[in-house]
Amino acid sequence: MAMRLQGRRRSKSLFQKLSELNLLIIAVVVMIAIIGFALLYSVAGGAVDPWAKKQVIRFVIGMVGMVVIALIDIRVWMFLAYPFYFISLMLLVVVSVMGQTGMGATRWINLGFMNLQPSELMKIALVMALARYYHCLAKEETGQYTRLIMPVFLIGAPVALVLMQPDLGTALLIIIGGISILYCGGVRLWIFVVGFIAMIPAAFSAWNYMKPYQQNRVLTFLNPERDPLGAGYHSIQAKIAVGSGGIYGKGFIQGSQSQLNFLPEKHTDFIFTVLAEEFGLMGGLGLLGLYIILMAYALIVSMSVRSQFGRLLSLGIAVTFFLYMFINMAMNLGMVPVVGVPLPLVSYGGSAMLTLLVGIGFVLCVAIHRDTTISRGGAFA
Amino acid sequence: MATSPDDQKYKLFTRRAGLISGGMLILTSGLIGRMYFLQVVGQDQYKLLADKNRISLRLLAPERGKILDRNGHGLAINRTDYRVNIIPEQTDNVEETLEALNKILPVSERQKRRILRAAGRQRAFLPVIVAENLDWETFSRVNINIPDLPGIQPDMGITRYYPEKDLLAHIVGYVSSVNEREIGEDPLLELPGFKIGKNGMERILDQRLRGKAGNSRVEVNVMGRVIRELSRNDSVSGDTLNLTIDRGIQKFTADRVRDESAAVVVMDVHSGEILALTSTPAFDPNDFNLGISQKKYDVLLNDARKPLINKTVQGEYPPGSTFKMIVALAALEAGVIDSQEKIFCNSKYEIGNTTKYCWKRQGHGHVSMVEAIAGSCDVYFYEVAGRVGIDKIHEMAERFGLGKKFDIDIPGEKKGLNPSKGWKMATRGVRWQGGDTANVGIGQGDVLVTPLQLCVMTARLVNGGKAVTPKILFDDVDVADISPEVIPYSRRNMEIILKGMDAVINDPIGVAFAQRMRKKGMSFGGKTGSAQVRRITQSERDDRVRKNEEKPWIERDHALFVGYGPLENPRYAVSVIVEHGGGGAKKAAPIAKDVLEFMFAKDEV
Repeated sequence: MAMRLQGRRRSKSLFQKLSELNLLIIAVVVMIAIIGFALLYSVAGGAVDPWAKKQVIRFVIGMVGMVVIALIDIRVWMFLAYPFYFISLMLLVVVSVMGQTGMGATRWINLGFMNLQPSELMKIALVMALARYYHCLAKEETGQYTRLIMPVFLIGAPVALVLMQPDLGTALLIIIGGISILYCGGVRLWIFVVGFIAMIPAAFSAWNYMKPYQQNRVLTFLNPERDPLGAGYHSIQAKIAVGSGGIYGKGFIQGSQSQLNFLPEKHTDFIFTVLAEEFGLMGGLGLLGLYIILMAYALIVSMSVRSQFGRLLSLGIAVTFFLYMFINMAMNLGMVPVVGVPLPLVSYGGSAMLTLLVGIGFVLCVAIHRDTTISRGGAFA
Repeated sequence: MATSPDDQKYKLFTRRAGLISGGMLILTSGLIGRMYFLQVVGQDQYKLLADKNRISLRLLAPERGKILDRNGHGLAINRTDYRVNIIPEQTDNVEETLEALNKILPVSERQKRRILRAAGRQRAFLPVIVAENLDWETFSRVNINIPDLPGIQPDMGITRYYPEKDLLAHIVGYVSSVNEREIGEDPLLELPGFKIGKNGMERILDQRLRGKAGNSRVEVNVMGRVIRELSRNDSVSGDTLNLTIDRGIQKFTADRVRDESAAVVVMDVHSGEILALTSTPAFDPNDFNLGISQKKYDVLLNDARKPLINKTVQGEYPPGSTFKMIVALAALEAGVIDSQEKIFCNSKYEIGNTTKYCWKRQGHGHVSMVEAIAGSCDVYFYEVAGRVGIDKIHEMAERFGLGKKFDIDIPGEKKGLNPSKGWKMATRGVRWQGGDTANVGIGQGDVLVTPLQLCVMTARLVNGGKAVTPKILFDDVDVADISPEVIPYSRRNMEIILKGMDAVINDPIGVAFAQRMRKKGMSFGGKTGSAQVRRITQSERDDRVRKNEEKPWIERDHALFVGYGPLENPRYAVSVIVEHGGGGAKKAAPIAKDVLEFMFAKDEV
């Protein structure tokens, strides 16, 4: 009780909170976004239409949302974690039933002003729900098997829905993101070993469940020369673009691979190849550096706040962000199969940008409320 | 502070979060390593691949060299071909654009369907030909209306054109599309629409006319559309060829023998420049240029008058009496006869156990050499030939250019046949007979000549003995043989021959006296010839030798004439052969006369 009072006493005014916003991180986010705008401008052959302008507008809206999220009391977010998760899950059910079809997979809900991808929302919602769940468990409770039922359901339900769409990349992101929270929440190590072994037959059945184009992607990844004009074409052309960029790149709007349309999906999933081609190794490392700053910040925050909710939330977002970045870049560099994962804050697209800005908003929120203690009983219990 | 459960939880979190951070670091290092591998280690290889993707080398066709006559008139030229294309991607509706175009340039329903089909099939940025070979006026009208015709692209191409049509078909030849067998080292030949010489000079001198290909390195996008030109090597046009042919003389001669199956060669006796080289009938090379129809080709192929053959160099004929100068000169040089010696002609000549006849049934009586040439007495030449022998005749014929090729730049040149004892033994395995010599003495039997050879022979007879060689091309490279070798014969003997050729035309005893020039200051000499196509059988002789007019066309004699003019200081030599034309005096001599008169008149101006 005393701790709760203490916490309340320490709650800050709006002005204080604003002054505590980490401006460096906001600057890094803006810089990453600007790189994205520049690349979208370049792939359009030096034009703000059709992509760069829209992306700027979405980014500005997202930034406002990010700051608002950061300023709201973290206990409010903890309180809303389950409702938020529930809404996201319902939206996922809706897309499975009546969503619109794009690129052969059912992923969108048309909200009129933008296409909402519930699977993106779910990435954050799941992190919040799991963070709340583990926040409320005592140390000894985390080791109990019965306490695993809830998290497995929380992870399993959206994964099943996403796989039905089918969206392999997102499913993987959700699983890995969820497991990282379980791991840091205190689940015993051997559980993961058992879980991994149990996954092997699951993976086999998943292979059978995959659509031929997904199987193709995996096979083509293993041997890109298998089909140099078909599915392997993307992978080969992306590598050529990256490699031909060299150390310093070919110059802005000078990338032959991107400007002459040899690159596939160059404004979305393969936008990193444009950066690597036009700005070379230096450009790639620059962007990677900015990402590292962001993730390092989130990790440092997670290790320096009082509430377990805040820690797990910040960590979960850092892991999610990392997964986006790593899978996308590895795919662009021909290291992993082609899966539909965007480059965070750079690829064209509304849902992913919104998700990531919301996520960073939560990290900033956690940082501002780093000294807020929350009882295990719940936010306002 | 005591370790509360929460503290334990936090410690566990921090440890595990640290491990996750470490994992992230390792994976990120993997990304950096991969970037290094691709962008630093592999950059050269990938740059090459990227260039291979984007750079395409396009050949630029050179302009084919022109062929001009001696006065610079175009004989084979490149004509701009105006056409109109449509680029489907530049219009919202191809059909509407064609409708609009229809008001300026009629587009039939069939064409429209073809265009729409092509537009649907190929890439949208590639042009589809709407109409070709437009006249300038229509083309201009389309150009003016371009703002209202989205997607329409006026274009100019180049096609080979032969403005003189059939006039020089055999000399100039024609170009046509490359066939698969011809594709060789020159990549130009694989260019769509590229044409190469298939006949005449176009073929023989194709390499010089063709020029050198240029190239253009262009950047293309993934669809193959050209984005921009990176560098360019312009093509080098082919050489312009200047012929010695005079289009005016060529035209006159061609018109003069238009309805005959004939060959006429006109030459400058001193330089050997060929002024006209006519073979009729001919064909229009423009037909071949665009691809001739099988039907049209069959008509040409089956014509008994052989329009596809260049008779001036490919036709081999018995020279008939035009060969008598060679026999006479050989005899004089050998000293086997004196020009004043008279030989009696009663129209019959016994040799071995056969009888040979003179064309003149009543005989010429006692004739000297000049009289024998003027009257073309066969008996005289049977006798003289027998005296001098085939080997001397062969030698003299060779000096005058018979029996060999001159290798002028026209394909298919034949060498004729200048027989000898050795030749007969080698080819037929039979010994040379006295009768063979008698036949050659009147230009029959084995001897064969081309009209070009006859003309060269005449030129060498009248130019003071210079062994001129025929020339059809003014060539910068070899400044021709300015002083050709002089044939060794005595001036006096030559004058006797020329006197004979003079008498053929200008003496009442001459067979072509009727053809003498009556215009003031104009004169010419020459020699007629009539070459038998078919042996006259003994039964015919016993009965009655049919006149040429009575025979079917194909059995009639070839009419020949070789001539020169003027008599004083000859400048031009002419040879004429009218296939199955009958007598040389009646048929061939008037042609030579008209041609020479035309040339004299031209010179006076």
